[in-house]
Amino acid sequence: MPRIAVQSETFDPGAEIAALQAAAPQAGAIATFTGVVRSDAAHPIVAMTLEHYPAMTEPAIRRIAAQAEQRFSLLGCTIIHRFGRLLPGDPIVFVATAASHRRAALQATEFLIDWLKTRAPFWKQEHLSDGSAIWVAALAQDEADADRWSSLPPRNDSGS
Amino acid sequence: MASLRILYFAWLRERTGHGEEELPLPEGVATLGDLIAFLRTRSAGYAAAFADPRLVRAAVNQEFARPETAIAAGDEVAFFPPITGG
Repeated sequence: MPRIAVQSETFDPGAEIAALQAAAPQAGAIATFTGVVRSDAAHPIVAMTLEHYPAMTEPAIRRIAAQAEQRFSLLGCTIIHRFGRLLPGDPIVFVATAASHRRAALQATEFLIDWLKTRAPFWKQEHLSDGSAIWVAALAQDEADADRWSSLPPRNDSGS
Repeated sequence: MASLRILYFAWLRERTGHGEEELPLPEGVATLGDLIAFLRTRSAGYAAAFADPRLVRAAVNQEFARPETAIAAGDEVAFFPPITGG
């Protein structure tokens, strides 16, 4: 049973990893991804606001998590996505997967974050230092990253 | 008679001036594409929101939908830009 959370509050990746491992004691591999609000010299921002479609978000994430669990034979997974106003350095999204072996865990994590980027109904707005705010445009590359999974056969590997 | 519940997100919300609204199913509207064509005629803000259909995505009853997707009274329709999650 995946743990799904859509929340405005922050989260603790370390505590989430420990909880996933406790819930999947047979796992030989746990892989994680943490997305963080980025502000750098090339593109400085003062804050980011994430809007979402509450009635759609959690059911959509729950379906993809169930799909990932089956496709990659996961022993468990955790997905957390935040909404609301966030500051540079704040964690936005967290994916953790538990599997028998590393490849399934790593691939499932990548599959889930590629999917979240393009299919989970969230929209980012960046707040700039001059007081203006701009909606982030979707990247064709993100779409291509999500699409490549549809042509990939489910893998069934062994060995760690 | 049941009406449509229409939700707008991100810059579609800003341009239409509505986060959500209830609307009787307009006459002659059978698909999402029909509804977009109808909404574009409502005001300058709606016309601006739907000016470039390639930038608009939609869901009907919380499932991603396409212009040919059928809609009926009682449906929840959502319009939004391409997703930028993660």
